[in-house]
Amino acid sequence: MIGRPIDIPIRAENGDEPVSHGNALPLLHEVRHALERLLAAGEETVIDLRSIPMGPGDEARLEAELGTGEVSARLETAIGPSVALETRFPGVWLITHYNSEEQILSRFIEVTEVPAILRSQPEDVREGLDSLSEQLLQQTNE
Amino acid sequence: MSYDKTLGEALRRQGVSRRGFMKFCATTASLMALPPSMVPAIAAALEQARRPSVIWLSFQECTGCTESLTRSHSPTVEGLILGQISLDYHHTLQAAADSAAEHAREEAMKENYGKYLLIVDGSIPVGNPGYSTIAGISNKDMLLETAKGAAAIVSVGTCAAYGGIPKANPNPTGAVAVSDLIKDKPIINVPGCPPIPVVITGVLAHYLTFGTIPELDDAGRPKVFYGETIHDRCYRRPFYDKGLFAESFDDEGARKGWCLFKLGCKAPVTYNACATTKWNAGTSFPIQSGHGCIGCSEPNFWDLGGFYKALSVPNDPVTLVAGAAAAAGVAAGAAMAMRNRKAKADAKSKHQTVTIDDLEK
Amino acid sequence: MSSTAMDLLTWVRGPGFVIAVAIFLFGIVLRLIEIYSLGRKPDLAVARTESRGSGGRTILGRSLPPEGMLKRSPITYIGGYIFHIGLFITVLLFEPHIELIRNLIGISWPGLPSPVVDAAAIISIIALIVVLANRITDPVKRFLSNFEDYLTWTLTLLPLLTGYLAYHHLFLNYTLMLALHILTVELLLVALPFTKLFHTFSLFAARWYNGDISGRKGVAS
Ligand code: SF4
Ligand code: SF4
Repeated sequence: MIGRPIDIPIRAENGDEPVSHGNALPLLHEVRHALERLLAAGEETVIDLRSIPMGPGDEARLEAELGTGEVSARLETAIGPSVALETRFPGVWLITHYNSEEQILSRFIEVTEVPAILRSQPEDVREGLDSLSEQLLQQTNE
Repeated sequence: MSYDKTLGEALRRQGVSRRGFMKFCATTASLMALPPSMVPAIAAALEQARRPSVIWLSFQECTGCTESLTRSHSPTVEGLILGQISLDYHHTLQAAADSAAEHAREEAMKENYGKYLLIVDGSIPVGNPGYSTIAGISNKDMLLETAKGAAAIVSVGTCAAYGGIPKANPNPTGAVAVSDLIKDKPIINVPGCPPIPVVITGVLAHYLTFGTIPELDDAGRPKVFYGETIHDRCYRRPFYDKGLFAESFDDEGARKGWCLFKLGCKAPVTYNACATTKWNAGTSFPIQSGHGCIGCSEPNFWDLGGFYKALSVPNDPVTLVAGAAAAAGVAAGAAMAMRNRKAKADAKSKHQTVTIDDLEK
Repeated sequence: MSSTAMDLLTWVRGPGFVIAVAIFLFGIVLRLIEIYSLGRKPDLAVARTESRGSGGRTILGRSLPPEGMLKRSPITYIGGYIFHIGLFITVLLFEPHIELIRNLIGISWPGLPSPVVDAAAIISIIALIVVLANRITDPVKRFLSNFEDYLTWTLTLLPLLTGYLAYHHLFLNYTLMLALHILTVELLLVALPFTKLFHTFSLFAARWYNGDISGRKGVAS
């Protein structure tokens, strides 16, 4: 008998619940330990999500578990935007670096009070100071 | 081309802020598979890094490796890293050809003698040098000449690293790997068919950042990328351990994403970074798309037997030989049986009956 | 170098395997024919008791723990049981092994999860070591042992050990260890028909014969 495409038993996966391969949960335990260390000793932790074997659905599961918190910041750098998002758990941040075509370059979980990349950097402050001075100089000259 | 500018200065000149630089460093660390705690060290090194001169030679290859690299979505950190090296000769990519191109190579060699990085893709035919030549120069001669002034050599792709498909049985061109011909230079093998683009750039980033070659395994591969088998990093591994296997490409197990071992997955003996780095900007990798690993980053993987044969299953057909052996066993057994029968019969015929009379004599 | 590991793996999965299987089959067929063709002299005496079933019962009875075994020779019995059961699990219920058998002769059965097989393997290895220690320390056993005993012990241990080490990525890289594992199995296959390891094939026939002849002589089991 020749099979018709319709005979192939296709089953739709339930859309609400992302399929997970069980790699998100161990990571969450790691995050919990990191939070404890942050509270106890002020020790910060960065986890590179690219170094962890993720199956399809694992990353979505992780994002869903982490949820979103009070802060969401978008940076526009010359090499593409980045997003720093505080998750539902204060002190746990999800940092995503994109290229200028909005493709993900790298992704980190940072357990810290404020991610370093959000702080203004001395080098940039100095450059900003210079340009502000120049701007003021121009205005006084006018 | 300004060789004197450091990477830090160059990026700043391009309007990249310190924040942008931090992002660049974080991504580079991730690219090099180094822990995030290394980022400050990487930042310090990259700040001071100077662009190295690179000469790229292509021998018996399919251009897949160059494709892999150049298709790695251009405006990215990888692109930036490539922007930081000075690709002085790549005859597939450059406009100039023939003697003009060769001139560029000679220039670059002279100018940076002892300092340039030599990248090679493709294997070298030594059976008959005429199988592959560039501007009339045989691959072997060009490699030996160019390697002399190189600080280090990167063999990109399984062909350059181990001979690859040209070397596959019966190796008609007598293809050999770069490391078979060059013995006195540090060689980094970046195998894969093709290698993962971020692994190529990761290795270049390492050289750019630290000016050294990364730690290598006994097959000459950087341990950071090739330190573990795909099988050990595979997200389907729990199914392997539980004994849940897809038996065909369209059965229930395949749909549920079970382990592909029985469908020929060679990942248990394949050292590569696919399982975590993945392909196409981290989208997926072969096993995630439902096909077993074919072992593309391993020496002589083409001769590893059928792609769809499980690793625990023999390469060569055994039925015929087994039949012959059993038949030979039958013949030898029959011969033995006959000998034993004869021994028995002989013993019987020699048997003499003893009567009382005999004994009384 | 790892390329030689790959080359070795390719060889043991290819020509090496074919050679080993050929010698194994040749040897098995040869030995079986040789043994059975010897025949027995017809027993002209009237059977003391009906021997039917006695052979079968002996096969079963001698495979079960005998009474008093703990007193007589505990290490030999317990070690022997544990080892043989563990070996059975490891060889026949590990999925990659089943896949091999399915590929060769087309039949298959469900396997056990790898951690269970792993446990069986380590238990078998320990049991093997214990029975060897017992063989060496017990004066009678040492006296009865010859080179072949130690050879077959080694040939049996090696596949178990290399398989275990490969699974746990110990000592050597996995590729090389896997190649060695397959190689040691091939050595075992080659030696099996020509050493006392042949008991794998002759054991039950011998037990049946013993049971049957005893039955005819009036000591049916
Ligand atoms: S799919 Fe391949 S790599 Fe993944 S667990 Fe199975 S055998 Fe290992
Ligand atoms: S899954 Fe295996 S064969 Fe496929 S690209 Fe990765 S290493 Fe190569």
